[in-house]
Parts: sequence; structure tokens; C-alpha cells
Amino acid sequence: MPVLVDISLRIQRGELVAIMGASGSGKTTLMNILGCLDRPTSGQYWLDGQEVSGMSADQRAMVRNKKIGFVFQNFNLLPRTSALDNVAMPLSYTAGDLSQREARKRARDVLARVGLAERLHHEPSQLSGGQQQRVAIARALVNRPPLLLADEPTGNLDSKTSEEVLGLFEELNREEGVTVVLVTHDPHVAGHARRTIHIHDGRIVGEPPVAHKEGIFEKGGAP
Amino acid sequence: MTLYRTARTALRSLSRNPMRALLTTLGIVIGVGAVIAMMEIGVGSSSAIRKTIASMGANVLLVLPGTASSGGVSFGSGSVMTLTAEDAEAILRDCPSVRNTAPVVRARTQVVYGNRNWVPAVMYGTTPAFLDVRDWMDLAEGEAFTDRDVLNANKVCLLGQTLVRELFGGESPIGKEIRVKNVAFRVVGVLSAKGANMMGMDQDDILLAPWTTIKYRVTGSSLQSLNQSSSSSSGSSVNTLSRLYPSAGVQLYPERSETQAADQPMPVRFANIDQILLAARSAEEIPTAVEQIKSLLRERHRIRPGDPDDFNIRDMTEMTRTLASTTSLMTNLLLWVAMISLVVGGVGIMNIMLVSVTERTREIGLRMAVGARARDVLQQFLVEAVVLCLVGGGLGILAGHGGSYLVWLTLGWPVESSPEAVAAAVAVSASVGIVFGFYPAWKASRLDPIEALRYE
Repeated sequence: MPVLVDISLRIQRGELVAIMGASGSGKTTLMNILGCLDRPTSGQYWLDGQEVSGMSADQRAMVRNKKIGFVFQNFNLLPRTSALDNVAMPLSYTAGDLSQREARKRARDVLARVGLAERLHHEPSQLSGGQQQRVAIARALVNRPPLLLADEPTGNLDSKTSEEVLGLFEELNREEGVTVVLVTHDPHVAGHARRTIHIHDGRIVGEPPVAHKEGIFEKGGAP
Repeated sequence: MTLYRTARTALRSLSRNPMRALLTTLGIVIGVGAVIAMMEIGVGSSSAIRKTIASMGANVLLVLPGTASSGGVSFGSGSVMTLTAEDAEAILRDCPSVRNTAPVVRARTQVVYGNRNWVPAVMYGTTPAFLDVRDWMDLAEGEAFTDRDVLNANKVCLLGQTLVRELFGGESPIGKEIRVKNVAFRVVGVLSAKGANMMGMDQDDILLAPWTTIKYRVTGSSLQSLNQSSSSSSGSSVNTLSRLYPSAGVQLYPERSETQAADQPMPVRFANIDQILLAARSAEEIPTAVEQIKSLLRERHRIRPGDPDDFNIRDMTEMTRTLASTTSLMTNLLLWVAMISLVVGGVGIMNIMLVSVTERTREIGLRMAVGARARDVLQQFLVEAVVLCLVGGGLGILAGHGGSYLVWLTLGWPVESSPEAVAAAVAVSASVGIVFGFYPAWKASRLDPIEALRYE
């Protein structure tokens, strides 16, 4: 029983898209494929001009490192590690082109960008939920990826901090041109997106099928 | 990911849980500490034993002249005189495994001082090298006779402690004259006490003098008393220089009168000696030394291939080997026990690393999501295990060193630090880290990022 069927989707550079669906609808699987964590059983996935579905695990790791930033529902920060080190962590997997100092500087800049310039040396346990999610966003941004994937980014936050975090996503999309894909089941969150893709039982509903492949971010049909 | 960064990351992850890291390394600390302490105590005691054996003469080889036989009757060892002082010099010169040689001429006669007399168990005519060969360099009093004394056949001697006690009682013998067969010897030094040897013979009951003096002034030939076939001729008592020359065993020409001999002394061409005492460089080199001496002496004595040697070589390796093997057996035994504790420590490390991998599944998933390849994850966990082991090894070296120092301090056991043991400990702890860290690290690297991220 395939989870996703007949998916045909194109996301342009600079879009702010929400993928909505009830739990079990296949939206997480779609996000895993978009995030190069998983491969479609059949079909193609073109990311930034590269066909990803045929890549090896190591190649996909490089793609994730360079092109994709992940934001998770439960933040996934390293415990007992300062915000700065948490943010600098992905840089250690980029081949050693950055010195330790440059890496720390870049992490500091990104943290300042998300409004946490004062909290560089706080550990996750000393930060509020909203601040933790900001650290996670800073970590996703530290490699300057063109694509930001957020899986239920506000699921663990109260409504006020949710607004702040979503505002931050909108701001990043508007000012930096980062493509943002929000995966959520909350219509309110989806309301912040300029385009909403609904998934139901593994199929996209209410979207016209893609006719040709011109897009930068594109997903070919998968059974 | 560079090794430096991996090491930093590993250290940082370990420092997130310092107490656990410390307890984990405890196994390695104890193991390495035990290895180091065992090695240091073992090496210390075995070198102490070796030193003791060496002072008993374990490195000493003895070259004896061969056997004369006639008509199936053998006269026993030393019944032909085949060795010369030149042989001793040649051995020292041409055998690299020999540290020193001393020719020995034996005598057994009465020694007189004032109204006392004594017959020392051993009366050796030799060279100053004898003291080096027998590890007897530190004299209790005075100094040794010299090579010049040997050349000039000077009438000087060294006395053992027993002899000093018997002849002089309490007074110092230095500079006093003693008489040996009516020849006056000046005492130049007193040997330090050596006690009894393995057979219970008193080694301090000894008189040492230049071998030329003993040979030419005290005895004509030490064979006279042993070999029944040699005639005891020239028993006359004219006080001339005749004592300087050995009496011939076989008279080919009519015997010269004392006056003739005094007028025209015959030059000595062969100065036979009773034995050659020599020291190998180390107990291990004894077999090589024996081979070298054997081939040298066969050549010097012009012995054809197939003909029997005209000399015998004795060594004391049996004794050395027994004692040395006892210590090495003990050291090895303890080393194995220590090794087992190292393995136990390694299993402890594996256990904790496995727990750590499970506990940090989400972290691993996250690292993979942000671009860590399987081999980065493998490397990270492997380095963590190795770092744990190396830290444990370092602490263990300190602990072992401290432990053996404590043993030295409290029990007074001989201890010797051994750099080999330290190097081995570092190598062993690193390899324990790699061996026992590999499985958990491999398990971590095989995780599926999606599953790992979802893990609760």
C-alpha cells in the first residue's frame, strides 16, 4: 500500500508554501522526500536542477547539508550544548573550508538574525520554547540553504510564540528569498503561506497537475 | 569532517556527561594501571635478580685447558698446559661478545704474617681485569695492583676479608708485607666482602697477585702438584733468579747447573696459565661468546677440523636461566591478569557506548539530517570511544606509576620504570577503544535518519 500516489508538484524558488493534511495523509513522507531523507519508490525529484532520487546516501547527505535546512516540531537541539555550538554544528560537516573562528562568527550572525544575539551561550534548557525554535531555525539557516523545510514548527508552541516564529519564516522568505515549505495540519499556520497544498490519502487535492518541468523545485509523480 | 573537529565534537559530547565518562574509563584506568605497576615491579625485581646473579658471576665463562691422556688413562681437566696469557689477550681483542678477560694461575700454599699463618682457599695469580670480570671493582681498602705490576712481576697482592681477619686481626694490612713461600708480598688493597657462593664456599678466603709473580716467583708450575708424570726436579735451594722461570717437565737436554742458569737465563717463550676467566657482555650473549672463543682458540692452537678441542669452556647459564625464567614467569602471569582486566574495561566501554548510541538516537538522526554521512557518525563514536580509552590509559599510567612508587616506598621492592610498558599501555588502550568502540559506532552509523529523528 503506497503512502503517496500520483504526486505531481512544482515549487518555485522564493515561494512560501504550506502542505496541509490530516495525520496519516502522507504529508510527512512527502516532506521526507522533499528533504532528501527518503527516496520515492518510483518517479523523479528534481531539486535545484539535480535529480535526487538516484543519488547515494552520502550524496544526499551533501545535498541536505548544502541546500536544505530542517526545522522540527520538537526542536531537536543537542542537550547541554550552547546555542552557539548547536547552530555551528552543521558547519562541521561541510568540508573543512571554514575555520573554527569563521564558523563561530557565522553562527553568531545567524543567531543575531533570528533575534537571539543575547542568548549565545545559553543551553537549550535555559531557553523558552520559542527561543529554542529560533535556535533551531538559526541552525537550519547557518549553511545558507535556499530551501527551508519546517515540520509542524509550531506544534509545541503557544499561540503567541507561534505567531512570532511564523512571522520569522515570512520575514526570511520576504527578505532573504528563502523558499519555505511548512508542513502542518493547522489551518491557521497554513494561513500564513501564500499557497497551500492539501494532501488527502496520499494524493494532492485542489492543485492543477504540473504540465512541464521548468521549476527549480519539482516533484515528479510517485506511486 | 577533519579529525581535529571530530575530536572536538567527541570531547564536547563526552563532557556533556562527565561523571559517566569518568566511571566508564575506570575499567581502563585500573587495567592500564595494573599493567604498568606489574611491569615496573616485574622489571625492577628481575633486573635486581639479574644484578645479583651477575655479581655471583653469571656472565662469567671459564676456559680450562684440555685433558692429557696416555694409554687410555686420562689425567683430568688441566693436565695439559695449552692456554697462554696471549690467548686471553687475543680473546679480548677478537671476540666482540666478551667484555673482559683475565688469565688465572692457581696456587695453594701457606701465607705467613708475623706469628700467624693461613692457607687461603684460593690463591690466584691474575691481572687487574679479574676484578672487573668478577664484579669486584669496589675495594674495601687500598687499591688494585696494576698492569705494570703484572709486567714486572712485582711482589704485591690483594687480600680477601677472611684472610685479613685471620692474619691481621683488627689492624689494617695496607702496606704490610706477608710471606708466601718465602717470597715477600706487599699488601696494596683489601677486597670487599662477597660472602659465600652458591655452593657455600667462602669467596673472601682469597689472595690475588699478578699472575707473573705467582707463576715465576711462587710456583714453578701449578702442574707439579697435580700431574704425576712431571718430575719434581731442580729441588736445589740456591738463591738465584731461577724462580723466575718455569721448570720444564721433560728434559730434552742435560740439565744445566744452577750457576749456568744464573749466568745465562733462558727467555720464556710460552707462559702457560691454568685458566682464563672472562665475562660476556650480557647473559644473553653467552652462547655467542662461547662460539667466538671456540673458533678463535681452535685457530690459535692450530687444531685441524675434526680433531677435539684442547680446551673446555664452562658457563653458569643454567643458574641464570632458572632464576630469570622464574621472574619472567611471574611477570607474564601478572601481565595476563592485568590484560584480562583491560578486556573487562573494554567491555564496559562497549556497554556504555551502546547505551549512549541508543540514548542519542535523535541526535544521530539530526546530525544525519543536517548532512552527516554514515562515515562521519561512525568516526565520531569511534573517536569518542578511543578518547575515553586514551584518557583512561593516561590516568592508568599515572595510577600504575604511583602504585609502583608506593610499593617501592612502603615495601621497598625494587622498581624500574619501563618506557616499553607505557608505550604498550597507550597502544593497548587505543586498540581497546577501537575494538570495543567499533560495534556501537557501526550501529550508530547504520541508523535510518527518518527513524532516528522520530525515536522517542
